[in-house]
Amino acid sequence: MSTTAPAWQRATQHRLFWPIVALVVLLAVNTINRPSFLSIRLQDGHLFGSLVNLLKNGAPLLLVALGMTLVIATRGIDLSVGAVVAISGAVALSFIASSPSPDSLTTVLVAVGIALALSFVLGVWNGFLVSVLGIQPIIATLVLMTAGRGVAMLITGGQITTVNSAPYKAIGSGFWFGVPVAVVLAGLVFAAVALLTRRTALGMLIESVGINPEASRLAGVKARSIIWTVYAVCALFAGLAGLMISSSTMAADANNAGLFIELDAILAVVIGGTSLAGGKFSLSGTLVGVLIIQTLTLTVTMLGISPSVTPLFKAIVVIAVCLAQSPKVRDLVAARRRRAAPTAAAAAEVSA
Amino acid sequence: MTTAVPDGRPVVEMTGISIEFPGVKALDGVDLTLRPGEVHALMGENGAGKSTLIKALTGVYSIDSGRIVVDGAEHTFSGPGEAQAAGVSPVYQEVNLCENLSVAENIMLGHEPRRLGAIDWRATRRRAGEMLARLNLDLDPASSLASHSLAVQQLVAICRALVVECKVLILDEPTSSLDADEVAQLFAVVRRLRDEGVAILFVSHFLEQVYEISDRMTVLRNGKLVGEYVTAELPRLELVSKMIGTSLEVLEELEEAPKRAVADRDATTPFVQAVGLGRKGSVQPFDLDVYPGEVVGLAGLLGSGRTELARLLAGADRADSGQVRVGGALARLRTPRSAMQRKIAFSSEHRKAEGIVGDLTIRENIVLGLQAERGWARRLPRKQVDEIVAKYIDALAIRPANPDALIKNLSGGNQQKVLLARWLATAPRLLILDEPTRGIDVGAKAEIQKLVAELAGEGMSVVFISAELEEVLRLSHRIAVMRDRVKVAEITNDEDVTVEDVVELIASGGQES
Repeated sequence: MSTTAPAWQRATQHRLFWPIVALVVLLAVNTINRPSFLSIRLQDGHLFGSLVNLLKNGAPLLLVALGMTLVIATRGIDLSVGAVVAISGAVALSFIASSPSPDSLTTVLVAVGIALALSFVLGVWNGFLVSVLGIQPIIATLVLMTAGRGVAMLITGGQITTVNSAPYKAIGSGFWFGVPVAVVLAGLVFAAVALLTRRTALGMLIESVGINPEASRLAGVKARSIIWTVYAVCALFAGLAGLMISSSTMAADANNAGLFIELDAILAVVIGGTSLAGGKFSLSGTLVGVLIIQTLTLTVTMLGISPSVTPLFKAIVVIAVCLAQSPKVRDLVAARRRRAAPTAAAAAEVSA
Repeated sequence: MTTAVPDGRPVVEMTGISIEFPGVKALDGVDLTLRPGEVHALMGENGAGKSTLIKALTGVYSIDSGRIVVDGAEHTFSGPGEAQAAGVSPVYQEVNLCENLSVAENIMLGHEPRRLGAIDWRATRRRAGEMLARLNLDLDPASSLASHSLAVQQLVAICRALVVECKVLILDEPTSSLDADEVAQLFAVVRRLRDEGVAILFVSHFLEQVYEISDRMTVLRNGKLVGEYVTAELPRLELVSKMIGTSLEVLEELEEAPKRAVADRDATTPFVQAVGLGRKGSVQPFDLDVYPGEVVGLAGLLGSGRTELARLLAGADRADSGQVRVGGALARLRTPRSAMQRKIAFSSEHRKAEGIVGDLTIRENIVLGLQAERGWARRLPRKQVDEIVAKYIDALAIRPANPDALIKNLSGGNQQKVLLARWLATAPRLLILDEPTRGIDVGAKAEIQKLVAELAGEGMSVVFISAELEEVLRLSHRIAVMRDRVKVAEITNDEDVTVEDVVELIASGGQES
C-alpha cells in the first residue's frame, strides 16, 4: 500500500461525495425503470426529454435555494420565500389581467418589474427586522410567511387569476436557443451569484459574519448591511421564482403557489453541505441538493407511487444524506473500517 | 474589622484538590476551609482557578484527587443536586431566575409545598414570605420578579438558596452589576446570615468590598494555593502582589534589559487625546493622551475598567460622555469601523469570541480587517494578499506557515500572532492590545513583547493592557492605573518605577496613605 490515499478514497472524503452518489442512484433507478429516461430529443429546435423537464421544473427551487444559501451562511433563515413566490406571481398576473393589452411585451416587462421590485422591498423588510431590530430570523421571516399569503389573496381578490399572455408564458415555458428559458434564467442567476461571492470579497465577508459576528464587527466588517443585503437578494430571487411558477401554469394561486418551497430550499441547502449554524457555504452543493430533491419528486411520480407519500421518500433521502455527512457518523464508520482492515489484510495475505 | 474572627469547627474542608482538563492543570493541590459564621473571600486573578474550585465544591466538576468534607462527612459529589442536599448552595454571577414568574414562585421553585399532589399556592406564598422576612426584605411575594431591580433579584436568588437547609452559601461576583446602595443592602443580608452561622464564600474583584465584608481569605494563583489569611492582618499591597505573583524570571532571561526610553514627546500634539471620555456602568470619565511612538500601559486588576477604557478608544463600545481627538481633529468613534478609518486598531482580550474567525484560513483571517476596510466590492488582488500574508507569516513566525490552515487549529500564541498580523496589515497609527500575551507560551510572549517595542520605535502608538505588571512595566513609557472603573493615577515609567510602586497605586487607589 502506498502512503498517499488512493484517488477514490480522497473522492469519498469530498463534501459532495454522498450527495452526488444519492443523485446518481436516483437517476439510475429512473433509468432502470424507464430506459428512455436519459434520452434527450431535439424537436422543432427545442430540447425535450425527462432530464430537460427535470431542470426546468427545478429552476424555481434553485433560485430560492440560492438566496437561502446566502441567508443561512449569515446564521439566518428565511421562511417567507414561499409567500414571496405567491405575492410575486399574484402581482404580475393581476397587472397583466387588468391591462388592456395582455399580449404586449411592454405590459409584461412592467409587470415583471413591479413584481420583482415588490419582492425586493419585502426582502428589505425582512432584512430590516433581522439586522436593524435584531429580531431572530426565524421569527422575523415568520411574520411575512404567514401574512404574505394573505397579501397575495388580497391582490388576487381571493380568486385564482388566469391570463393569456404569450410573452409572459415564455418565462416558464419558452425556449431560448433550444434550452428552456427558466433553465437559462436560473443558470444566469447561479453564475452571477457565484461570480459575485467568489470573485469579490463578498463571500468571505458573509462567511466571516456567519462564523463570528462579533469578531467580524470588531474587524470593521459592515455586518448589518451584509445581512440586510442577503435578505433582500433572497426575496428578489424568490420573486423571480414566483414569476416562473405562475408563468408555467399561467395562473396565480395565492394559496398554493410556492407552498412549502421554503422547506425544500432549506433541505437543498443542508443536503449541499451548508450548515444551519452559518459560516462556510457551497453554491455547487446547493445545486446538487436542488437536483436531488427535484429528481426524488420525479422518481416518486414515475414509479407510480401516490404523490401523497412523496414527503416520506424525501425524508428518507434527506436523513440518509445528512447521516452520511455527519462527522460523528463518519468517525464511527471510519473506526469500524480500521477495525475491519487488519483482518482483511491478513486474509489477503493468506490467500496470496 | 470589629468582629472577632470565628474559629469554630470547619463546615467545609477541601484538601489537596486537583482537577485536570486536557492539557491544563486547572487546580493543583488546593485547600479551602470554611468555618460557620464567617465570610471567606476567594481571591485570584482570571484563570487562577476560583471558578473551578467553586464548581468542585458545588459538584459541577468531579475532582481528580483530594478530599471534600462537608459537616464532618466526606463527599464525592457527582452533580449539583448532591452538593445542595449536603447544604452547599451557590448563587451565580448571572442571576439564574425566571423573570416571568413571581417572587414567591422563584424562591420556592422545585420545593413548592404540595397538597393532594397539587401545588399549594397559599402555602407557597406564605413560606416565601417567611424566607423574605428572614432576610428583612420588604417584598410582595406575589409581585413579578421582572418588576424588581437587579439587586433585589440578587437577594431573591439568595432567598432561593436558603430554602433548602443551607450551611454554605457561595456568592460568585454578586456585586458586579450593583451600585453602592445596592451593595450595602446585599451586605446587610450577608452579615445577617453570617451571624446566623452560615459559612459564606465570597468571590469579588472589588478589593474594597472584600475588605469590607470578609473575615478570612484564600488566595489562588495559576491553579495553586498561595495561602489562607485573616483579612484584617493582610495589607492590600501584599494581597495584590500575592494575586499577581512575580514569576517572570524565564521571560527576563529571554530578553535583554528593557529599553525604557522616553518616547518622542517633542511631537506637539498627541495622536489620540481623550477628554472626559466615559460610559455609564462601564468606565468613569477619564482623560488620556497617547503620543506617537509611545507605549501607554494600562495597569489594574481584572474588572478595574482597563478593557472598558480600551473599548471606548476603539469604538467597540459607544461613549456617552466626553470627546476624543485623533490627530488633533475631533472624532466620533461610534463603531470599530469608524475607529479603523482613523487608523485605530483594537485587539480584544477574548481571542476566541471576539478575535479569530475559526472556520476561515490564516490567509482570510489576516486580510479580514484590510478587506473590510476596502469594502466587499474591491477585493484585494490575490497577488497582494499573498504578499501580505507571506510577509506576516514570516515576520511573526506564524506556525504552521501554511496560509490555508484553519485558524481554529492553531495554538493560542499563533492565533494571537495572526490577529496581530490582521491589525498590522491595516497600517494602524494606534494599536490597542488587550491582554495580547494571555494564555500563550513563554516564547511567543517574548516575541510579541519584542514586536510591540519595535513598532513603537517606528513611531506607532500602542496602548498595552496586561494583568502581568512586569510586562506592562517592561514595555510602557507611561502607565495609567485603573481601579474600580476609575482611572486613578498616571505615572511616567522611568528607571525608578518598580512593580511594587504600581501595586501600591492599585491598592491605594492613587491616594497618598
